[in-house]
Amino acid sequence: MDILLNITIYLPLLAIAAVILVRTDQAVKWVSLAATSVTFFLSLLLIFNFDTANSHILQFVTEGPEIIPGYDIKYLVGLDGLNLLLFMLTTLFGPIAILSSWNSVTKHLKGYYSMLLLLQTASLGVFAALDLIVFYVFFELSLIPMYFLIGIWGGAERIMATIKFFIYTLAGSLIMLVALIYLGFHAGGVHAEYIFTADWRFISSPEYQIGLVEQTYMFLAFALAFCIKVPLFPFHTWLPHAHTEAPTAGSVILAAIMLKMGTYGLVRVCMPVFPNAFMEFASWFAILAIIGIIYGALVAMVQKDVKKLVAYSSVSHLGFVVLGIFALNTVAVQGAVIQMINHGLSTGALFLLVGMIYDRRHTRMIKDFGGIAKVVPVFAVFFLITTLASIGLPGLNGFIGEFLILTGAFFSELYDNSIYAVLSALGVILAAVYMLWMYERVMLGSITNDENKKMKDLNFREIGLLVPLVLFMVWIGIRSEDFTRYSEVWVDNFIDVTETKSVAVLKEAQKDDLPGWTAAFYNLDEESDELEVELVQIQGGLK
Amino acid sequence: MDYLYDLNTFIPATIAAAAGLVVLMQSVYKVKINTIFGVTVFSLVVALLFALRDLFGPVGTSFYDMVAYGGTAAFGTLLVITGTLFCVLISRDYLEAIDHHYGEVYAMILFATTGMVGLAVSNDLIMLFVGLETMSICLYVLAGLIKEEKTGAESALKYFLLGAFSTGFLLYGIALIYGATGSTNYADITALTDISPLFMAGSALLLVGFFFKISAVPFHMWTPDVYQGTPTTLTAYFATASKAATFVALILVMSRMMPEIEGVGWTQAISVIAIITMILGNLIALVQDNVKRMLAYSSIAHAGYLLVGLAAGTADGYTGVLYYLFAYTVMNIGAFGVIAFYERNQALDFTDVNNYAGLGYKQPVMAVLLSVFLFSLAGIPPFVGFLAKYYVFAAAVNAGHITLAVVGVLTTAASVYYYLRVMVFMYFREPHKEFDLVNPGAIFKYALIVLCVLTVYYGVEPVFPMGSLIELLTSYYTETGPAGMAGP
Repeated sequence: MDILLNITIYLPLLAIAAVILVRTDQAVKWVSLAATSVTFFLSLLLIFNFDTANSHILQFVTEGPEIIPGYDIKYLVGLDGLNLLLFMLTTLFGPIAILSSWNSVTKHLKGYYSMLLLLQTASLGVFAALDLIVFYVFFELSLIPMYFLIGIWGGAERIMATIKFFIYTLAGSLIMLVALIYLGFHAGGVHAEYIFTADWRFISSPEYQIGLVEQTYMFLAFALAFCIKVPLFPFHTWLPHAHTEAPTAGSVILAAIMLKMGTYGLVRVCMPVFPNAFMEFASWFAILAIIGIIYGALVAMVQKDVKKLVAYSSVSHLGFVVLGIFALNTVAVQGAVIQMINHGLSTGALFLLVGMIYDRRHTRMIKDFGGIAKVVPVFAVFFLITTLASIGLPGLNGFIGEFLILTGAFFSELYDNSIYAVLSALGVILAAVYMLWMYERVMLGSITNDENKKMKDLNFREIGLLVPLVLFMVWIGIRSEDFTRYSEVWVDNFIDVTETKSVAVLKEAQKDDLPGWTAAFYNLDEESDELEVELVQIQGGLK
Repeated sequence: MDYLYDLNTFIPATIAAAAGLVVLMQSVYKVKINTIFGVTVFSLVVALLFALRDLFGPVGTSFYDMVAYGGTAAFGTLLVITGTLFCVLISRDYLEAIDHHYGEVYAMILFATTGMVGLAVSNDLIMLFVGLETMSICLYVLAGLIKEEKTGAESALKYFLLGAFSTGFLLYGIALIYGATGSTNYADITALTDISPLFMAGSALLLVGFFFKISAVPFHMWTPDVYQGTPTTLTAYFATASKAATFVALILVMSRMMPEIEGVGWTQAISVIAIITMILGNLIALVQDNVKRMLAYSSIAHAGYLLVGLAAGTADGYTGVLYYLFAYTVMNIGAFGVIAFYERNQALDFTDVNNYAGLGYKQPVMAVLLSVFLFSLAGIPPFVGFLAKYYVFAAAVNAGHITLAVVGVLTTAASVYYYLRVMVFMYFREPHKEFDLVNPGAIFKYALIVLCVLTVYYGVEPVFPMGSLIELLTSYYTETGPAGMAGP
């Protein structure tokens, strides 16, 4: 089983060799399609063999040797309740990305498909890697193919967009690298055997605790990198450009997979490793998330370009995920995890659909369309379902995630005020406004532009692309427990770990040894008895 | 017998010197240039084999403590010989194309290599000086190879004048240290228990000499002009082999010569220089249109990153610097090599980045190679440049120099812009006019491919179960004691 995970990750990379060697354009496409499809089926084997009851324990683990004696940096991959579904989402989007480019990409085919395959391996690696250094390597590696995908096959302003994307993301993650190195040595100081350790299993475990001052700095460095990637307001400025200029498959992968690396990192690293900082900063990040939700929605509303509208809707929707993560209770985090998948499915599908009309008309401006539902009825149906899923209509996937997140945020002790949930619920209403208004202007009414009269409806290939996505939207909408069950145990377990760790750190913290701001920030003036009671309660809960 | 034993520890340099003499005579007697090239390559390969042997060999000093062998010194020798070999391999076709293909070039390279190896194995300030000068004088000659052009003459003259000046500083420093301690031998100086102002002044001047050779800011003024005016493959030689030798010598000086008492203050000095070098080198590189000047400023910036490792002043730091030198040698020769290939085409001026438009689709292999080298220089995983930066910054963080690491990563982020810019032109823009590129030729192409394989292999090497390079380097500093003094 262990080898299976590695094959799944590296098969797309190996397929690049085949892509370079084959002669014809058709062969290039078929090889890429075959490789990504096989990857998807292999990943199905993984999910069927996954032990749901123990989803907080890493499974299918491959562990390499340490690279330097005494330094616990090693190749470490595995799946658990948090990354399993994201891993599956990535493998699902592999063949979809390839198929969506089938006829629309015509220049430098070998390069294009090699880059898509490389991106596939890098994304799978990010989600599977559990050694933070290896995680970092994959995290950065994923930038290279995306850089070329936008830069070579993108739209008119692709060069500015791709450079902005690359440097913005890289700057954030390099700061994270320094914090990561510091964290490694700090953890090594606690670990019995090593000088340095980047093994997530140790770093996130209850026996490893970090002092308040260090926690604050490291948390901020990590959170910055992840929030740029998400992107959280005000770090979102790279996203509309990158999305608009990227080719369809690039936008799809960017929205469905790469943005999730940010939210995934917040849950994976920031939550269990820096519990106190995470909790104290939670309401700050929630405020940024809410600003993002409302701001993204308002900006989306006035967009003239459908693709830009979808891009800004991403900013808004991912605000919900961040809000859920920082609420730090089972319901909200569970909602955030499933909402990552939902956003991937619905926004990925929206970008696909936008790409399909762009292929036909070579424009994405809302004013160029109108009334095309009559000409392309099949397209209209898929577009409607996806739009409704994105809005969060009950019965479709978006509802589940947003409902869980809002419920969780409403009761969250960290936010301690229902206004957070109330304000973000505004975002749901705004989403309905901008999405439905856009749908109306593009699809309904009478045909205003004569050129649209000859538009062809979706062909077999395009329907084939959309059907699985729509199926999952409905499936998650109707039976969400089929999906949430994978992460339930994980979320429960690690919220406990986070709370236990935070209380233990506070207990250890000696107010006099710390700088003044820390004591004030972490409310160290409170009665210590209260902490003790809380600790006992939590430990009781664990047993 | 002792003499033979000593010679055995110094074989790579001896081979280079002997080959240099042979090549020089061959050029006098107008032997075919290809034969000369063959002799040079052959001798360097033999030297490389001996260097590899010494890598795993014993550690010690020879020639009455003048020369160190094994450990750091052996790795330094290996770096110099590897760098030289690859530069020679790519030089033939390039020099042919620019009509400056003389046998004497190889003789000068071999003599310079002798000096570099001497520098990298020095265990005595006199040896250091002799090595440095042997190297420098040959490099002054090579810098002026294109003597008909203004840039060539400027390059040689500027390098010579400023170089001679800095050598003066270095020698003055050595003299003062000798005055303060009564010895030029590292081991004797380490034993010092009391630091006089004279010694402080001497070591400061010594550092200035080093800073000049590694082109650290503010002693970097010569670098862009010299790099621009020198034939590109020889620029690669300047930027890698000579820098590697100087850095290894600096490591030896720091780890073996500096007294282990407080108050010498080298770390602070190096930290400050490292910070301004990283910032200035990267910032000026951002606005360069000439690719060679861009790489010159990038090499200044890399000197800054290397100094971060030295500033850490720990075994980790030295290990990181050695690893970084290896990475830097491999990827930088690669980058210069591909640029040299483009320059072989007379269609356009291929030192101007604006003319790189559309190059990515002509001779795609070369363009991919350049992309890999540039990504690696930018420190993006999974290439060797990332691991090198990682080791150096990790050492700095571990030694408590977090500011250095933060400045390092921020300037790295800025540096990505100018490395990517080349690729933007190569892949994302349409060419101004139609032209064809020449065939790179087998030796040229495969030399670069080998460099590319090394760049990628050592970037992902840690996942392979066999012993890694960093492990070998770490062993130099752990087996013989915590202070990192390889050898007696």
